[in-house]
Amino acid sequence: MALSNQLKNQHLLWRAGFGPMVEDFEQIEKASPGSYVNALFKASAKTPAYIDVADNFVKGLAMGVDEIGKQQKRQLSEEERRRLREQSRENIKSLNLTWLSQMVGSGQQLREKMALFWHGHFASRNLNILYQQQLLDIIRRHALGNFGDLLLEVSKSAAMINFLNNNQNRKDHPNENFAREVMELFTMGRGNYTENDIKEAARAFTGWGATLAGEFVFRKFQHDTGNKTVLGKTGRFQGEDILNILLEQKQTAVYITRKIYRYFVNENIDEAKVDWLASRFFQGNYNISKLMQDIFGSDWFYDPQNIGSKIKSPIELIVGMQRTLPLEFENPEVQLLLQRLLGQLLFYPPNVAGWPGGKNWIDSSSLMLRLRLPQLLYAADELAIKPKDDDDQMMGMKDKDLKKMGKLGGQLIGAKIDWALYVKRYESVPRDQLLKTITGKLLQTKAGISENVLLKHIDANSRESFIKSATIQIMSMPEYQLC
Amino acid sequence: MLIKRRTFLQAGSLATASIMLPKFLKAFEEPRLVPPGNKVLVVLQLSGGNDGLNTVIPTRNDIYYKLRPRLGIAKDKALRLTDETGLHPSLTAFKELFDDGSLGILNSVGYPNPDRSHFRSMDIWHSASNSNEYVYTGWIGRYLDAQCAGCDKPTQALEIDDVLSMALKGEQVKGLAMKDPKRLYNTANEKFFKDVIANHADEAGEQPVDYLYKTMAETVSSADYIFQQSKLRPSKAQYPSTELGKGFQVISSLIQSDINTKVYYVSLGSFDTHVAQEFQQKRLFTEMNDAIKAFVSDLKQNNRFNDVLITTFSEFGRRVAQNASGGTDHGTANNMFLIGGALKQKGVLNAMPDLSNLSEGDLKHSIDFKDVYATILRNWLNADDLKILNGQYNYLSFI
Repeated sequence: MALSNQLKNQHLLWRAGFGPMVEDFEQIEKASPGSYVNALFKASAKTPAYIDVADNFVKGLAMGVDEIGKQQKRQLSEEERRRLREQSRENIKSLNLTWLSQMVGSGQQLREKMALFWHGHFASRNLNILYQQQLLDIIRRHALGNFGDLLLEVSKSAAMINFLNNNQNRKDHPNENFAREVMELFTMGRGNYTENDIKEAARAFTGWGATLAGEFVFRKFQHDTGNKTVLGKTGRFQGEDILNILLEQKQTAVYITRKIYRYFVNENIDEAKVDWLASRFFQGNYNISKLMQDIFGSDWFYDPQNIGSKIKSPIELIVGMQRTLPLEFENPEVQLLLQRLLGQLLFYPPNVAGWPGGKNWIDSSSLMLRLRLPQLLYAADELAIKPKDDDDQMMGMKDKDLKKMGKLGGQLIGAKIDWALYVKRYESVPRDQLLKTITGKLLQTKAGISENVLLKHIDANSRESFIKSATIQIMSMPEYQLC
Repeated sequence: MLIKRRTFLQAGSLATASIMLPKFLKAFEEPRLVPPGNKVLVVLQLSGGNDGLNTVIPTRNDIYYKLRPRLGIAKDKALRLTDETGLHPSLTAFKELFDDGSLGILNSVGYPNPDRSHFRSMDIWHSASNSNEYVYTGWIGRYLDAQCAGCDKPTQALEIDDVLSMALKGEQVKGLAMKDPKRLYNTANEKFFKDVIANHADEAGEQPVDYLYKTMAETVSSADYIFQQSKLRPSKAQYPSTELGKGFQVISSLIQSDINTKVYYVSLGSFDTHVAQEFQQKRLFTEMNDAIKAFVSDLKQNNRFNDVLITTFSEFGRRVAQNASGGTDHGTANNMFLIGGALKQKGVLNAMPDLSNLSEGDLKHSIDFKDVYATILRNWLNADDLKILNGQYNYLSFI
């Protein structure tokens, strides 16, 4: 059976972005997938604006220290450090919410989705807002650019240098963490290099450091200028040389392509397709945009086994829901709480390997919350569950995300849903086709229960109440967790 | 009489529950009674990095007092254990357990190349991996994988929390988190969810959608099961009204029921005492002490103390020297408590940390925490520790 353009377009929009936008419902039915692919790339062509949410106190303090630091060592006082941490933590929340709203509203869907992929690939936990927003900027700017440029800028970013302890990587006292993760997680993957390659590469990265304000510095006197042998090559290598050697390995293209395939196409890898893509990626000098065009432009991307086969990440779920159902949270910070409860808080990946994804998102607690979420939003209900503490973030302080508001001491996750806008999209649909139409808009896979069962839970008093309650119920099904 | 009544209750509750279940789950609805004698593990996680040196205090160590002029706990304030050691003054119940022969203390537990980030170090403890590996399953989760292949009932390991820890996530089987059996039951019994499960075509496939339906069905059936069990013989003992106290009361009620749960997991925090440590640690220790006291006395009254092993851990200890804000910063190796009526070794089980032999101001570990896991898995839970921990570790002899 031939798949409809609507299903194919929705598939593309979920994978290359965060799902269909309610305003586009009509166009999605009509347009050909090919034209949609072109439009997506075109919309994401422009360099995105820098997201700057750091407040002046943080900037002033960081700059001040760096400036004075050139003449004499100026250390932050205990009090300054405390304020810096607290302010940074608050600013990182703004960064989270600002980026999230870009994912919801921006036309640059492909860029933001790619950036989210790189955010997990180049995962960095860091409490300095200046580092975090700089790393996010690098990732968003290069999201569809050249992987080599992306790798180099990320490697030289203060966020990564600090997170992977390269500030402590010195000539007489090498720290291998950075060199190890660059090979294991950022480029080649385990099993393709030796422990000795790591040791030698670490020496090449000695002297790479960063200032408090986030500027890269090369500390010449801490750099080991001797010969190093890495992956069969010998020379007086510096950090940049190592990254180039890694890019010369086809394995790097294979490793990145596999990960992209799993993320954008299917968790189950089709080796022949990955080989084909990786070869072209390698020969095309790591052009990310071309790789993504190869994927989204291929017929097999729309094979039935690839559609509706992926479990949405918490971010995809939270963002996707808002694109379909335009809504405004009474307290936007509730979205941070939801991220924590569902296991994906932006800027706080579990470790440098990023979020594992797939079935890992789902356990009994997270699934039940996902299924209850539409109803909670609809009824502006109370969310009486508490996330786990994040001690790296809180430093022994009280959890400021939690404001006791409801009767049960939980959070009110009220949101104003713009039902008028949503309901209008179904204007021309005959009543007996409504349920089928709504299901088709919301689910990427066939519903596992019959319409009759659904109808029992739908309020058929009016056309409007029918559309509303059907939408909420379908979003509360396990199938809605898939894209 | 009592037995008959219970059997009836159970048969009744299960009969109702199974009508709602897809076929592939019904097989597991047979009551799997776990009689007294069932060995149970309770893990108490002290989140945030508890200061071990102010927990088990080296009361005759000059270096300790020298490095902690303000925070060091004086010998006459500490609860005396031996000539050289004392307990934090708030841990009175632990002192009683010590005198009673029901407390074991392991010092200097840690792992090579320690990580000082909370999240990462907790990751390492949960997954039982080396500090340069990234593993996404937990040691209790892999225990479930090994023990529960095909049994599909995630009630073998329960966490008393709203969110499930990585420790309880296996590759195939995951534990279940809940704070209150009744609330779990109410949530899972939403009519729409029951209808969706009951009417879902029953295909035990391998697709993500099948996994979602399986998890959903398991949650609903487990919620019923846990709720029914929690009502069988609810603990009538007096517990403190703290969150931890309530958690231990839930655990006690379930231990005294016929539930198949082997592992309970509960957390207390935050022990991240960079500032004002004295106050914070005292508050948390009081909560822990009172909850454990009630729990142990409840178990003893019901003759189940010999069947339960309680163990505490923290993602790391703290630096030996105090900092300038009345607190301590992130450290490395730490002590663990072992509590139970069936301990084979009691008291202070190994040497106190050597404060004259530090690594950049931090304790060196002498016991790998995976040795403790291996011992518990093999000797207490009767499980295949080699497979679960993916390697051979040293067995200790406390159980």
